[in-house]
Amino acid sequence: MTKITVKVNGKEYTSEVEGRTLLVHFLRDQLGLTGTHIGCDTSQCGACVVVMNGDSVKSCTVLAVQANGAEIKTVEGLAEDGKLHPLQEGFWERHGLQCGFCTPGMLMSAYDLLQKNPNPSEEEIRHGLEGNLCRCTGYENIVRAVQYAAAKMRNEEPAPIGAKEQVVESVGS
Amino acid sequence: MSVAPTKMFGAAIKRREDPQLITGQGNYLDDIKLPGMVHAAVLRSPYGHAKILKIDTSRAQAAPGVVAVFTGADMMDINPLPCAWTAASGRVQNNINTPRALAVDVVRFVGDPVALVLAEDRYTARDALELIDVEYEPLDVVVDGRKAVEPGAPQLHENAPNNIVFEWDCGDKAKTDAAFAAAEVAVKEEIINQRLLPTPMETRGSIARYEPSTQEFTVWMTSQAPHVMRLLLTAFVFGIPESKLRCISPHVGGGFGQKIFCYNDMAFTMWAARKIGRPVKFVEDRSENFKYSTHGRDHITVAEICGTRDGKITGLRADTIANLGAYISTIAPGIPTTLYGRILSGVYKIPAAYCRVRGVYTNTAMVDAYRGAGRPEASYLIERMIDRFAAEIGMDPAEVRRKNFIQPEDFPYDNGLGLLPYDSGNYEPALDKALATIGYKDFRKEQEEARKQGRYLGVGISSYVEICGVAPSAWIGLPGEGWGAGLWESANVRVHLTGQVVVTTGSLPHGQGLETTFAQLVADELGVPYENVLVEHSDTAGTPFGYGTYGSRSAAVGGTAIHKSVTKIKEKAKKLAAHMLEANPDDMVYEDGKVYVKGSPDRSKTLAEIALQASVAYSLPEGMEPFLDETTYYDPPNCTFPFGTHIAIVEVDIETGRVDLLRYVAVDDCGPQINPLIVQGQIHGGITQGVAQALYEQAVYDENGQLLSGTLMDYAVPTAAQVPHYELDHTVTPSPVNPMGVKGAGEAGTIGSAQAVMNAIIDALSPFGVKHMQMPATPERVWRAIHSSNNHN
Repeated sequence: MTKITVKVNGKEYTSEVEGRTLLVHFLRDQLGLTGTHIGCDTSQCGACVVVMNGDSVKSCTVLAVQANGAEIKTVEGLAEDGKLHPLQEGFWERHGLQCGFCTPGMLMSAYDLLQKNPNPSEEEIRHGLEGNLCRCTGYENIVRAVQYAAAKMRNEEPAPIGAKEQVVESVGS
Repeated sequence: MSVAPTKMFGAAIKRREDPQLITGQGNYLDDIKLPGMVHAAVLRSPYGHAKILKIDTSRAQAAPGVVAVFTGADMMDINPLPCAWTAASGRVQNNINTPRALAVDVVRFVGDPVALVLAEDRYTARDALELIDVEYEPLDVVVDGRKAVEPGAPQLHENAPNNIVFEWDCGDKAKTDAAFAAAEVAVKEEIINQRLLPTPMETRGSIARYEPSTQEFTVWMTSQAPHVMRLLLTAFVFGIPESKLRCISPHVGGGFGQKIFCYNDMAFTMWAARKIGRPVKFVEDRSENFKYSTHGRDHITVAEICGTRDGKITGLRADTIANLGAYISTIAPGIPTTLYGRILSGVYKIPAAYCRVRGVYTNTAMVDAYRGAGRPEASYLIERMIDRFAAEIGMDPAEVRRKNFIQPEDFPYDNGLGLLPYDSGNYEPALDKALATIGYKDFRKEQEEARKQGRYLGVGISSYVEICGVAPSAWIGLPGEGWGAGLWESANVRVHLTGQVVVTTGSLPHGQGLETTFAQLVADELGVPYENVLVEHSDTAGTPFGYGTYGSRSAAVGGTAIHKSVTKIKEKAKKLAAHMLEANPDDMVYEDGKVYVKGSPDRSKTLAEIALQASVAYSLPEGMEPFLDETTYYDPPNCTFPFGTHIAIVEVDIETGRVDLLRYVAVDDCGPQINPLIVQGQIHGGITQGVAQALYEQAVYDENGQLLSGTLMDYAVPTAAQVPHYELDHTVTPSPVNPMGVKGAGEAGTIGSAQAVMNAIIDALSPFGVKHMQMPATPERVWRAIHSSNNHN
């Protein structure tokens, strides 16, 4: 067993882990942060994406011991002071999720993308999210959700949805 | 701009389910931890077919942290899993073999479970699998459905000669043969609908807890139908009273059909939890999900279509082999029969049609319903054959479709294939809208120009119809299509003392947003604020028995059950209000959450006031029971038949065989949309699964029965960069079947899409004489099609 200290969502944790313990299992099983999901065993699906030291990583492909001393942000740390992050808002406003299983990883990959490219084109968003699979949405509304968030984060008004797909917003929220 | 809708029905509001899911507060199966819980791991067969000679678990049992190890022989006190839809309707020969919790004596596919390890943590459980020694005697393997029925093929089950599960047919054979004999033009093609892996992003699993003092089980399961699982596991597998099992579906991370069925892990976690007296958790990893959980499609069909030179279709004939895998999953036989053969003629008035289907065993994973379930196979076949026929007679494929459409005045329409009559439809406007949006005429010019420059563009049309709102019990049930129960749906609606409305439903969402949709429906009908409506589901304790969510039935059947309960509530509210206002019950009007006396709207009581009186019950009319509480078990009089036209434009790079999907237009008609935002989401996702079938996905077994596409590295679920933006539009043709006119939208996208893409690819390659190509259209397959055709220089 190895002792590690990791800062997750601003809070420091010190734990004993096996050398082979995956970061995702450490987060889920030891810290109880079950928002980060596991959807495959070959690093394809991206349900487990978290941000480690400013970069998105697949936490199923990082050993917990490798995260010693690292600063990690998970989906649970995305909203601050009870206020949703623009990405969370975008996913909600634009119906960017259905079953919600890929959503935490998708949000964290998009977070990383927008940190590095605040004004991505549709193509850049689609390529930026290539490491994350979604089986429900066909990605259409995920792209819209990220566009919404990108605009918000630049303090711009998010573009409306096309006329034929007009949605009535902000009811029942 | 924000607009406050006056009506909730039809409002594209955002979902109430989302705040939990976007903040990481969802509660999926693997998030559940129970005190004392042990973790299960399963040792699976590495062989496609083998006798188990010996299993030695002693080393595993002795490993630190291992709680117990069990094999199939230990679990002989429970029955094999049941098959609930044998499709036994007289014409069918049935040799049904279903799996046991763990295999006994013989393994029949790679992934067949052989031993179960229970350990203190998941890592230890996995480690212990390595310590189990199994001696196998490998047997001959067959994975291809065609080969399985050949003389001398390896036999999977003694009671199923030639590996035949059933032989089934529908339509009029003699009339169809005569139509072909007399036809001016006939074309024949082998149409393969390849095997797919449903791939919900959350894999499957179960957690079972047993309480010895009451002999009660609680099972958390990734299920689309917890009530049905409760029935099957108690009455058929365990032989215990139904009341001894509570089934709960927590948040479910996508289902797509794969999570409808009764699986072995439900049985072995229950069995083991009772045995060791501790809760048992099993969650598949992705490769287990691919190896063991049900697959979809896998049809090989010889299809023939005939007609006149001027484009009238006169006959359709299909002979299909449906590969059902090594055992029969819960409803597997019903998919390639009722939900496939009976709708094979699609949106066309075809005077003579006949379909024969043989369901067969092979050494592969079980095949059962996957999004669309039979209808995508049918729709792909007819739409490919229409294009094939159009090319043969040199007519525009849009025109052939138009010429043969069932006309609005033909409804209700009997297609002669043993289906209930199509409820309503108006196919031409959807086609016209899609053609206009894509700019069909201009595209043909662009295509011609592009060809001169050596660029190969293609356009593909798909006009589909499907079967939703399944189904009237008397038709689908044992006397008819062989479903082993009914298919009604339940709903209870209560108005509490505070005016809060609680809806409990047998339908349940796993991504479809039913909490939102159902609350919209109730808020409108009762005239109460949307926020005041709570929707409860997914737990057999506290919800009435219901058949669950699949087959795009939740709105049309589950929603209608709710609608009917609400109507009953309104009737009772009117009677009570009349009593409260000392008015004649016949003079009462229910409007906007109030009941008033006709002609004097100021003499009124709000629903909250009525609910309060109904609840405290100080003064009720003679004979009235307290409380506004109404339950409905709604059995639909017919299915619903959504339809639409999808059009794809592709460019094929003839040097590399690469296909680029440039545009995708979908015009769907699911009747009135309760929440257009959610409907669009369903269509987007559905299209993507069909596009994936056309371009990327295929489950591949080698001749030894090894699943070569066993991980997400090898099975090509498309990414955001591999699918285009979708251009959606719709028409609205209400269904006469239910009071809301809704039809269902969960599977339409998948049913309409694969053939739009394939027709476009084949259109692009028509200068090379390519007439047909199997899916998926990988670069290699496209390149070979170009190079094996006669017209390639």
